[in-house]
Amino acid sequence: MAEIRVKNLRKAFGEFVAVEDSSFTVADGEFLALLGPSGCGKTTTLRMIAGLELPTSGQIFLDGEDVSFNRASARDIAFVFQLFALYPHMNVRKNIGFPLLSQGVPKVEIKARVEETAKLLQISHILEKSVSGLAGGDRQRVALGRAIVRRPKCFLMDEPLGTLDAEFREVMVHELRELHNRIHATTVYVTHDQHEAMAMADKIAVMNHGIIEQFGTPQEIYNRPASMYVADFIGSPPMNFLKFTAGVQKGARSVLLEGVEIALPEVHQNLAPGELALGVRPEHIRFSDGSALRGSVYGAEYLGTNQIVAVETGKGLLKARVSADRTFKIGETVGLELNSEKLSLFECASGRAVLSSLHTEARHG
Amino acid sequence: MSTANTAHSVVEPSLMTKRIAGAIVILYAIITMVPLAWIFLTSFKSPPDSISYPPKIVFQPTLEGYCNLFTTRTRQTPDYIQSLGAPTSTCDEITRNRNMVIAGPSNYWPRFQNSLIIAFGSTFLAVFLGTLSAYGFSRFKVPLADDLLFFILSTRMMPPIAVAIPIYLMYRQLGLSDTALGMILLYTAVNVSLAVWLLKGFIDEIPREYEEAAMIDGYTRLQAFRKVVLPQATTGIAATAIFCLIFAWNEYAFAVLLTSGAAQTAPPFIPTIIGEGGQDWPAVAAGTTIFLVPILVFTILLRKQLLRGITFGAVRK
Repeated sequence: MAEIRVKNLRKAFGEFVAVEDSSFTVADGEFLALLGPSGCGKTTTLRMIAGLELPTSGQIFLDGEDVSFNRASARDIAFVFQLFALYPHMNVRKNIGFPLLSQGVPKVEIKARVEETAKLLQISHILEKSVSGLAGGDRQRVALGRAIVRRPKCFLMDEPLGTLDAEFREVMVHELRELHNRIHATTVYVTHDQHEAMAMADKIAVMNHGIIEQFGTPQEIYNRPASMYVADFIGSPPMNFLKFTAGVQKGARSVLLEGVEIALPEVHQNLAPGELALGVRPEHIRFSDGSALRGSVYGAEYLGTNQIVAVETGKGLLKARVSADRTFKIGETVGLELNSEKLSLFECASGRAVLSSLHTEARHG
Repeated sequence: MSTANTAHSVVEPSLMTKRIAGAIVILYAIITMVPLAWIFLTSFKSPPDSISYPPKIVFQPTLEGYCNLFTTRTRQTPDYIQSLGAPTSTCDEITRNRNMVIAGPSNYWPRFQNSLIIAFGSTFLAVFLGTLSAYGFSRFKVPLADDLLFFILSTRMMPPIAVAIPIYLMYRQLGLSDTALGMILLYTAVNVSLAVWLLKGFIDEIPREYEEAAMIDGYTRLQAFRKVVLPQATTGIAATAIFCLIFAWNEYAFAVLLTSGAAQTAPPFIPTIIGEGGQDWPAVAAGTTIFLVPILVFTILLRKQLLRGITFGAVRK
């Protein structure tokens, strides 16, 4: 097992820059999810760590050793591909044993280790089967088996659940996390699915246009998004933005929005007047008839235990997640109260979050 | 099941369509098979039967054609033949009945061997080089790849006869005229373009994740190519090999021009078989029949791959 350290990593394909100045560290035994939309550079980053692409500049360290330009075969890394890449001309046993064969492991030991791996993944009964007839989940397990059988320094996974159907994906999310808890292998997992990332990862790196927008625990990413992009990408429905123009002084504890004063975590920096956005998660909005912030109900989406109510305010559409008990009429005027401890403030021009006590206080929650 | 259901199937061809299609296929098969059947029958006819008019369909089969194919004979007086001992073989007997004796073996077998060596040798080389180049074009960023591929294809755009004279002069200078090596190189050069194009299609279809997985599993690129790509490309390689082999086996124009003795292949040799008083048609037919056997066996063995080779790219797995 090993620590992965990526330093100022950059990759350009001709004019197109796929990854720009990426730096992060995955601690030994940690599970990192690289999260972002397609084309954001997450897979390219993963392939550079694997040695399938060479960086344009920057360095990659495995356990302190600079492997930036080493061959993939020399890095002792396992990779699970999106389409699994199980060798079609070999059966399950041979597929899993293939990495050991290259290391010259004796046949008896290969047999023992393949069987041990199969047992761990509960696929002992399909060892002699051809891989072409396997169901999606079993293919996934065989691919995992091929990865863990040689006990590599770390695992890299490129959207391994992308081709499974929704129902099965949830099962595999649990299996993967459980497997990680058991073998504690340093893992980098690429996905565009925020739920997968949230459910499995210790740390998440949210990427966009080749840049890491935010690196942190799932809680940090959700509760203290570093940019409007992250706030918008994470959460469903995503964070609401209320845009307004104002200047803010260091130490301010409220802002004026359309003449309504809204309290928020203490601001830690001075901002010249400009366009700002107040970010609020749907679950941090309550309906309160006495509130000065008002809007009219635009629509409601019933979800069983709760509902998403869209409210048209003067500043745009706000989506609130509230209990399903109350029924709303379309066009009905309602008062909205925002949970002031949880509000984020962004600078629209840069898209970055404004520093506030949200970022310095309680690391949890 | 109501009749309306069956009648309205959009994807299933109707019974009538199937019958018409079947009839066309059978007719086509007959048309292509008749010349082959005629050659096969002629090879068992006696020389007079082979040129009789109207053509004989029912005749007394004889091995005379095959005997004449493999031997050279000299005419002798009946007295001399009488003075010889008992015939040593069937051919000996057939020959004596024509007032001739066997003088020695003909050149057919050496020419046939030349054909085998040149066709299989050039096929092996073309497929070997073609597989490696196709892999390179498929997987690496080759500078000017499109232009190179077009150039490779363009070597097939001219009829062979257009380059025959320059090649003839070149070969004479290089001492490659009438050598098996020269013919192998020539057929390889012609076939490699076909091999690169066909195989590139097949290799493009093999996802590169397989090699990447193998490289991550600790193999070098060459090992990954051998252990993961090659086994999956066997269909394509087999199809390509048979196309190359058929070309090299049947090639006539270059063979006539560039080989006359030691390296002569069977195609230019067969028409030169002369019998008593003109063409010995049963011997020519026998030579052709035997000449067809290797390609027939090879094609039957690899017919599945051949079919896929013809339709490649049309159907994705």
